[in-house]
Amino acid sequence: MTKKLTGDNIFKVVAGIVAASALVILLVTAYVLVTGSTLVFGRFGLSFLTSSSWNPVEGREVFGLLPYILGTLVTSGIALLIGVPLSLGIAIFLVEMSPRRVRVPVSYLVELLAAVPSVIYGLWGIFVLRFWVLNNLEKPLNTYLGWIPAFSGTPFGLDTFTAGIILAIMIIPTVASVSREVLSAVPNSIREGAYSIGATKWEVIRHWVLSYGRSGIFGAIILGLGRAVGETMAVTMVIGNATGPNALPTTLFKPGQTLPSLIANGFIESPDALQKSAFVGAGLVLLAISIIINIAAYFLVTRLLKVKGGAVE
Amino acid sequence: MKTTYVIVAAIVVLVIIIGSVVAYTQLSTPAATPSPSATATPVVTSSPTAAPVATPGAASLIGAGATFPQPFLNASIVYYTTNIRPNLQINYQGGGSGAGISALTSKTVDFACSDAALTANQTAALSNQVVTIPETIGAITVAYNLPNIPTGLNLTGDVVAKIYLGTITKWNDPAIQSLNPGTTLPDHGISTFHRSDSSGTTKWFTQYLSLVNPTWNTTVYYSNSVAWPVGTGASGNSGVATAVNTTQYAVGYVELAYVLQNHMTVAAMENPSGNFVLPSLAATTAAAQALPTSGLPSGTGSWTGVKILNANGTTAYPICNPTYTLVYQDLSVVPGMDMNKATQLVQFIWFLVHGAQDLSPNLQYSPLPANIVSLDETTIRSITFNGQSIPLS
Repeated sequence: MTKKLTGDNIFKVVAGIVAASALVILLVTAYVLVTGSTLVFGRFGLSFLTSSSWNPVEGREVFGLLPYILGTLVTSGIALLIGVPLSLGIAIFLVEMSPRRVRVPVSYLVELLAAVPSVIYGLWGIFVLRFWVLNNLEKPLNTYLGWIPAFSGTPFGLDTFTAGIILAIMIIPTVASVSREVLSAVPNSIREGAYSIGATKWEVIRHWVLSYGRSGIFGAIILGLGRAVGETMAVTMVIGNATGPNALPTTLFKPGQTLPSLIANGFIESPDALQKSAFVGAGLVLLAISIIINIAAYFLVTRLLKVKGGAVE
Repeated sequence: MKTTYVIVAAIVVLVIIIGSVVAYTQLSTPAATPSPSATATPVVTSSPTAAPVATPGAASLIGAGATFPQPFLNASIVYYTTNIRPNLQINYQGGGSGAGISALTSKTVDFACSDAALTANQTAALSNQVVTIPETIGAITVAYNLPNIPTGLNLTGDVVAKIYLGTITKWNDPAIQSLNPGTTLPDHGISTFHRSDSSGTTKWFTQYLSLVNPTWNTTVYYSNSVAWPVGTGASGNSGVATAVNTTQYAVGYVELAYVLQNHMTVAAMENPSGNFVLPSLAATTAAAQALPTSGLPSGTGSWTGVKILNANGTTAYPICNPTYTLVYQDLSVVPGMDMNKATQLVQFIWFLVHGAQDLSPNLQYSPLPANIVSLDETTIRSITFNGQSIPLS
């Protein structure tokens, strides 16, 4: 059967190329990162991932990524802890409780938060937010709950905690709008059935609506986490840029560093091959973390959270 | 439906074409001559050379590198492109000495500025010969933000090294208090700031600390980036200045021009004669006298050994350093370079070491001593394009 040059066939080929190009970009990126970091992994091996030292002086170079990996995880963790409940609250309010006329403007305003460039968040963080957080959150937490290791130390303002708060604000639009879509896709028959057996509004939301939308909301959280892990500019400006063992996040109130902010600060270095290779290595680890999070989320969603039609746990 | 897609695609393509055409015409048209502000800018008393025989054509130059000399460079660029070469556009981006050397090595800029001279490794990474041209001399201050304490807190290099090592943690530590008997220092922790980017200012500051404190010398040493024992990082001289300005009880090392622009308080550092000297134009100029009159490297040589830290002289400020312009000796290796652009670049660098020296005192940078100027002249004359020497007038 001869293949005719029909629009359908052309479209199939073009669509195939476009889909493949996404995979190609990922593979090329991974390839460049791997070849660029062979120097630093060859020199330090796996201790590059487990060591905390960071000494760029020529002749005594030691590089280790552990503090920055932990910094990335801690700031993203704080962002999720603060941002996800807020986003879910916004989504539930918009779908379940708000009057119709309020829904569209408020959703629009929430999504507008995503339109603010991250460098503006960083500027606002340096000049405004960090003083507010220092005086109204960090100092009281340190005074009353200072026995908890996370709140110990001298509050500073330009630290992991402030970076986590800014990240939380930045992931709210993503998580809130996707959750809102997920919750509004829950069929009304579920809600009507629940009300008909006497459930209160809160019980309907908690047991029926949220359970139904569980996998979608989890997907939204992963989207937010992906943004939090990779966010560079805003974090670089408020996190305090510590390097070496000082960057270990032993407490939330001291300057830290994440993988993206490490790369942003130092990548434009003099052409010292080993140091440049260390930054490329940091990029490779960051890519690996993002991929692992996404794969883990995929398996969690497909294996554990999928709700078969009609079944409610 | 099909027509809609075609129309949308056509609009997108049209916007792209119009956008590039507009950008291209903006780049080619020489900038309109702005009226020179004669009152604000000091008048350059010495003309760079005799009346130009043939003015070079329009060109656009890109430079990158150190933030240390940036106030001086910006003032020179504005003066030169307003009064002497209105058809020239110069774009100098900061980014730090490390970024400048990196950009020069990958030939993405026409010239680079760096406070730190090229090291052996950096020179080995270059594919063509680069010449080093010192263009001005500045001072690194130790700026602090303490309520009710004016400029002039006495500090020694050893004490500053201990602060940056983390062994002195409070402002009212006996080591600091004993230097300032008349001042009540607060009982508060010191927030230390340093550079987070690769910086020539860091290299000179840490070299000074290595000179005055043996522990610093063995544990940290000096370089464009070091393993800071304590402290928070900020990007660029302006970043550290902002950080110190906005954080109470902070200390940081900042070039003098930024401190003056931001009205910050600075320490009086002890020099080898035992005097506590405030950084100023006079103190920097006194330190510049310590530059040797003979034995200096040539333009193609290594300048890593040239330093005026802890200069002798009763009024000299101990943390001063020259800062260098780096450019390829044979400009034809730079992509996009032609004879006209090379002429504009070389004449601008000539202006930097001659006419612009009259602008530097206003910004508290010390003018170059005469022997450095003649050394620079020899180096600038050695710059060629495709084997041809470049007209300086």
